[in-house]
Amino acid sequence: MNNNYFHSVRLDKEKCKGCTNCIKRCPTEAIRVRDGKAKIMDERCIDCGECIRICPYHAKKAVTDDLKALDKYKYNIALPAPTLYGQFKGLTDINYVLSALLSLGFDDVYEVAWAADIVSAKIRSLIKDKKGKKPYISSACPAIVRLIQVRFPNLIDNIIDVQSPMEVAGLLARKEAAGKYSLDDKDIGVFFITPCAAKMTSIKNPVGMAKSYVNGAIAIPSVYGMLSSTMKKENVKKLQRSTAYGIGWANSGGESNALGVENYLAVDGIQNVIKVLDEIENNKLNDLDFFEGLACTGGCVGGPLTVENGFVAKNRIKRLVKNNEKVRLSQHQLDDVCKDIAIHYSEEILPKSIMKLDDDVAKAIEKMNLIDKIYDDLPGLDCGSCGSPSCKTLAEDIVRGYASEMDCIFKLREKVKGLAQQMIELYNKIPTGKER
Amino acid sequence: MKNNKPSIKQTFDISAGNFSVAGSASSRIKNMLKRIGIDDKIIRRVAVATYEAEMNIAIHSHGGTLCIEIFPDVIIIVAKDKGPGIKNVALAMEEGYSTATDEIRAMGFGAGMGLPNMKKCSDEFDIQSTLGVGTRVEMKMYNKE
Repeated sequence: MNNNYFHSVRLDKEKCKGCTNCIKRCPTEAIRVRDGKAKIMDERCIDCGECIRICPYHAKKAVTDDLKALDKYKYNIALPAPTLYGQFKGLTDINYVLSALLSLGFDDVYEVAWAADIVSAKIRSLIKDKKGKKPYISSACPAIVRLIQVRFPNLIDNIIDVQSPMEVAGLLARKEAAGKYSLDDKDIGVFFITPCAAKMTSIKNPVGMAKSYVNGAIAIPSVYGMLSSTMKKENVKKLQRSTAYGIGWANSGGESNALGVENYLAVDGIQNVIKVLDEIENNKLNDLDFFEGLACTGGCVGGPLTVENGFVAKNRIKRLVKNNEKVRLSQHQLDDVCKDIAIHYSEEILPKSIMKLDDDVAKAIEKMNLIDKIYDDLPGLDCGSCGSPSCKTLAEDIVRGYASEMDCIFKLREKVKGLAQQMIELYNKIPTGKER
Repeated sequence: MKNNKPSIKQTFDISAGNFSVAGSASSRIKNMLKRIGIDDKIIRRVAVATYEAEMNIAIHSHGGTLCIEIFPDVIIIVAKDKGPGIKNVALAMEEGYSTATDEIRAMGFGAGMGLPNMKKCSDEFDIQSTLGVGTRVEMKMYNKE
């Protein structure tokens, strides 16, 4: 389908030492160390950013846009993620941040937190009308949506088919600008101010839609400094539309709170999410109405492209939620906003069965047997020295043809020992009759 | 079932009362099936059936085994336990019927859906139980290619 799949998460080869930190941490076993450098397997990577966080040498990076990208368009709109509001100490009025964005060169801002208010109302009405399959799974976190495609294809039908707040913000921002200034759509540049690498990927390769409404993503750290220095009282304009509920989406549980569903589960941290998805797949949580799974610890505030410590940011968001108006959009308001736009997915989410050993089941079974046989012979230390994250994956890599048994240093040691022994035996057999 | 097609067989020991590890066999089975490329819907049925079987052994028996054999066209699951056996199999197959203790129910199990769910998930289902000896459940799921 996508031969040139774009990934935001990349390797900086110069900085990579070939250690085992990232291969061990990757939730989809998408990284191997080969020839002393990490290699990310494109088809497996879900851009969760775990490797960016864990790499002690900062060799993993997220490719995002910079402000120069604004030059390509006549009219630029910033879409700040709610998480951005949690980055500034002592911030009580969101308008400071929104106004500062204008001083960076944007012509307008459109809050993703406001779009989150709209999306919350939409999802609330879907749940009320009992449309779709229970438990409803949030589509907010792009890394989790991709995780489900890769590891839990059975749960694809449970994903709520409403576009993410970022996309809805993009769509509404374009519409508003086009209407107000009679602009051509191609002249409008919409940029997400992102805490998240996976969002960048989802702009380039959207799920559930053919083309993203967003033109690019700018990482929070690359505008943080300029924003802080331009936040001044005299510059502040009243731009905020979001409510406490929309702002709260930055934290884990914020979406669930905005929906007002009682029987929900909000889980953050990708390994925790995997455990719960496993239980949902086993029909263990059938009584659950809504599942919010976020890849980063604490939710989006814990994103890899943030400046502030995720826990500190979480607290600040909590305070903003407390101090902002708590009103939910009514059905009437929602109908009004959505009257001539579609915020449902327009395309089906497809499974990506990257785990399959072979297209032919019979051959796959044979390969599985072979994996077990090879695995039984490996030391079982999961040391990662071979470049695969565990002995089991090494066995699988060998069968898939990516690795050889001699990549295992213990296997190699055995082999060397055997060879050394043979040499000694050979030496002892050398005829001693003639000294040379 | 004897045929010349390749197969893979794995047996998991399941101890009685150990809820902290119960569920691990079904998780491992699920991962194996995903690698083999069995249809997702069948994987889910196998996952639910093996999970219930595993729980049944942990809750009701004195321990047993869960054995899965995968052929390209069929998956055969045999859950065997040593234990008290089931007094009235027909009753046990009814939805909502359970002999689980209050303690077990307090942990959220014992809703009386285990065996009916297992049957619902299988294309063929067979249960044999002898009082004082144990229970053997055999399930088959056909892999329509």
